[in-house]
Amino acid sequence: MVDFGETVALDGLNLQMKEGEVLGLLGPNGAGKTTAVNVLTTLLRPTSGTATVNGYDVVEQSHQVREQIGLAGQFAAVDETLSGRQNLEMVGRLYHLSKAESKSRAKDILQQITLIESADRPVRTYSGGMRRRLDLGASLMFTPKVLFLDEPTTGLDPKTRRDMWQAIRDMVDQGVTLMLTTQYLEEADELADRIMMIDEGALIAEGTSDELKRQLRGDILEIEIKDKSNLDNAAKLLTEAGSFSSEPEVDQALQTIRVAVEAGIKDLQVALKLMEDSNIQVQHVNLSQPSLDDVFLELTGKKPAKVEVEDD
Amino acid sequence: MINALKWTLLDTLTVTKRNLIKYTRSPQLVIFATIQPVMFLLLFNYVFGGAIRLPEGIDNYIIFLLPGIIVQTVLFGSTQGVIAMNDDVNKGIIDRFRSLPMSRMAVVFARVLADSVRNAFVIFLMVVVGIMLGFEFVNGVGNGMIALLVALLFSFTFSWISVCIGLFAKDAETAQSAGFIWVFPLAFASSIFVPVDTMPSWLQGFAENQPVSLASDVVRGFAVTGETGDLVPLLLWLAGIVVVFMMLAVRLYNNSSR
Repeated sequence: MVDFGETVALDGLNLQMKEGEVLGLLGPNGAGKTTAVNVLTTLLRPTSGTATVNGYDVVEQSHQVREQIGLAGQFAAVDETLSGRQNLEMVGRLYHLSKAESKSRAKDILQQITLIESADRPVRTYSGGMRRRLDLGASLMFTPKVLFLDEPTTGLDPKTRRDMWQAIRDMVDQGVTLMLTTQYLEEADELADRIMMIDEGALIAEGTSDELKRQLRGDILEIEIKDKSNLDNAAKLLTEAGSFSSEPEVDQALQTIRVAVEAGIKDLQVALKLMEDSNIQVQHVNLSQPSLDDVFLELTGKKPAKVEVEDD
Repeated sequence: MINALKWTLLDTLTVTKRNLIKYTRSPQLVIFATIQPVMFLLLFNYVFGGAIRLPEGIDNYIIFLLPGIIVQTVLFGSTQGVIAMNDDVNKGIIDRFRSLPMSRMAVVFARVLADSVRNAFVIFLMVVVGIMLGFEFVNGVGNGMIALLVALLFSFTFSWISVCIGLFAKDAETAQSAGFIWVFPLAFASSIFVPVDTMPSWLQGFAENQPVSLASDVVRGFAVTGETGDLVPLLLWLAGIVVVFMMLAVRLYNNSSR
């Protein structure tokens, strides 16, 4: 679990967040996401450059910054020997809530993160997903102005990940401003209003999920051919037509031809007309936007992280 | 200013409470704090008791041994804080604390405070077992209590060194060995187990003046012999160590990040 050792430099990363916004910081391992979060949460002092949170400078006014933020990390920072409730109450006290406030707030949060039934068990008996939820809960003991979630679902299985997403969405609905880092495109797509893709400490793309997808010009047209023997012939026709923005790709197993198009519906009509004129029967067509995966691959030349599951 | 002081105090107590709960729930630490020191006391008393030439006026080895072994036990006990501190760094607990708007001194103070509470309990236990083995406060019970306070102050001081090692060590293995190794020469080249004048002369200079010997002499002085002349040099040592390592600990805490 060591990911320091080489500290990733941020290369002139310029980043701004609006109130109430969910910003997704997306990038592969070692892209500088955690470094960015550590600087903004005052855990790491920047060697150059400045950063402010809610108007407070992270170096000069670090204490005030800490009064504005909540942080839940990649490695669930909860105490294993204490119970879930004790963890939350302690954090509440350290946020300088009174004893009674800490108690009642801890109870509310345990309910919200659906841990109320395991509240008094030591955390060491919790599953990976329960620990993450508790970690998230700890960052909410004091309603933060800005919440930072550093890879909140890395290593979780798909079901637990979806539960976690729901918990995060519930919080966002309460109006918290959230910065989320992730290496999963799906997660950014699912949760973030705005996505910043970073790689090697520098910004490589920014926008809403749709805007980013639009950066890959055009759509993807998929045509499934009914009779397999017509497949190559159909591909040839599309190539000869010359009006599409990529060479057709043939998938023999699925009997499908995939081609990038610029004019969307118009190109779809052209393609279908070509098939019809040559008496090639079409089983199914699909016109879709490229996925964020495609954007990522296009911009970085790297395949995005695959979902890995933690044995726990 | 007053407010900052108040929150430093309250935050320290909150984290101390958490540290103490951890100690009570962690069996190996309880064993370290109870069975091991008692075992040492019994072994040294019965194994070495017959072989060691006692200073004049002390006719029972347990009376010589107990004050020294209390100092030895709290010295080794204070190194337990290295592992606890390092564990908090590696598990991200320190990052959590550092992202909270709490006092920047509370976490290290709480570590030292919790370890001192634990050591106070160990001192009490050792005295009870010692009395069962024939120990008595020859110099009077009042001075005996001063002796125990000096031992506690000594443990408080050395805990600061442990906190620094725990914050500085890169991983648990390093913390484990680095936290422990420097204690051995201090503990054994000292007046804890044997009178210093039985050692070779080249070693005596070190053994007489190092803080562990001074602590053991002063504790023994208040509890047994009445010779407490080393109190001032001891307090100077302890004050120096506390000032240096307290500042270092706060610095390391503020700059630590996984």
